[in-house]
Amino acid sequence: MARHGATVLRVVRAVIGHADADDAWSDTFLAALKAYPQLPVDANVEAWLVTIAHRKAIDIARAASRRAVPVADPPDSPARERADTHDLDLDAAVGALPPKQRQAVAYHYLAGLPYSEIAVILDSSVAAARRAAADGIATLRRTYPPIETARNHE
Amino acid sequence: MTTTDLEKHYPVDRDQLRRLHVRLERDAQAGGLLDIAYRTVDSAVGPLLLAATPLGLLRVAFANEGHDSVLQNLSQRISPRILEAPTRLDPIARQLDEFFTGGRHSFDVALDWSLSRGFRRTVLEHLNTDIGYGATTSYAALASLSGSPKAVRAVGTACATNPIPIVVPCHRVIRSDGTVGAYRGGPAAKRILLDLERD
Repeated sequence: MARHGATVLRVVRAVIGHADADDAWSDTFLAALKAYPQLPVDANVEAWLVTIAHRKAIDIARAASRRAVPVADPPDSPARERADTHDLDLDAAVGALPPKQRQAVAYHYLAGLPYSEIAVILDSSVAAARRAAADGIATLRRTYPPIETARNHE
Repeated sequence: MTTTDLEKHYPVDRDQLRRLHVRLERDAQAGGLLDIAYRTVDSAVGPLLLAATPLGLLRVAFANEGHDSVLQNLSQRISPRILEAPTRLDPIARQLDEFFTGGRHSFDVALDWSLSRGFRRTVLEHLNTDIGYGATTSYAALASLSGSPKAVRAVGTACATNPIPIVVPCHRVIRSDGTVGAYRGGPAAKRILLDLERD
């Protein structure tokens, strides 16, 4: 299970950003450990983990938006103390995508899930999942030119 | 499958993953979710996989057993809540190190016998308590010790399927003719262990 650690980390970084990614990763794997005994043996573990990560990321984003109402607390950002380097332009470009597109891009292009699985996670049709990923990646090609989409895309 | 190089723009560094893993290990342990912790160690008989439950050491596996398939098997037989979590294995890892450098003659760790049942477990428990460092015994003698003198073949099976080799010293059981006999980690590993204890 933990073999998917790197993939899940990429996915949560894209979906909710670096600052909350560690928490989302931890929540995902703890929930997975909890639920693992119920997982059917023939299940796609990576798709299952991404599904959990999707829900955890939503939970964290909701909690963050609740925290975001103006209060006296000074903003603290422990994430910034870490040495992990990341591209702020990429973060901004990915962060600017509508959530569905960002999620579809992450689950398809970072986790490698087929659109049929992504449709289930996003509770949409397969066509809508495919379109969200295509629109998202098209936008990213404009807003973040360093990514190169391969010729066999679409 | 469509591809982009988007993945390359999300580099994951090993240290970061390791830190997350340590945190997961701690949280899982605290939440009672870590049924099996494992790690590998290097030894004179090759890399060993060590796995422990909260009850104690569950499994020691040689490289020739295929560590991945051993973990797969544990996840099916004991629990799928398995995590590479070295801390729980620190004491036995240290003791194995001392054993292989000659500084330790017995192991002081709790054992989880869940993988051994019935007569096989009886045999292994006798082996564990009765056959000390540097000593050897025969399959027949161990059968007698276990209360079933005729069950020599079953003793052979018990030793061959010992889930906690080295710590439960099935390497000390040799053939009546003095040849080393079979071993889960291969005859060469058995020879190394016997020679180590002879020095």
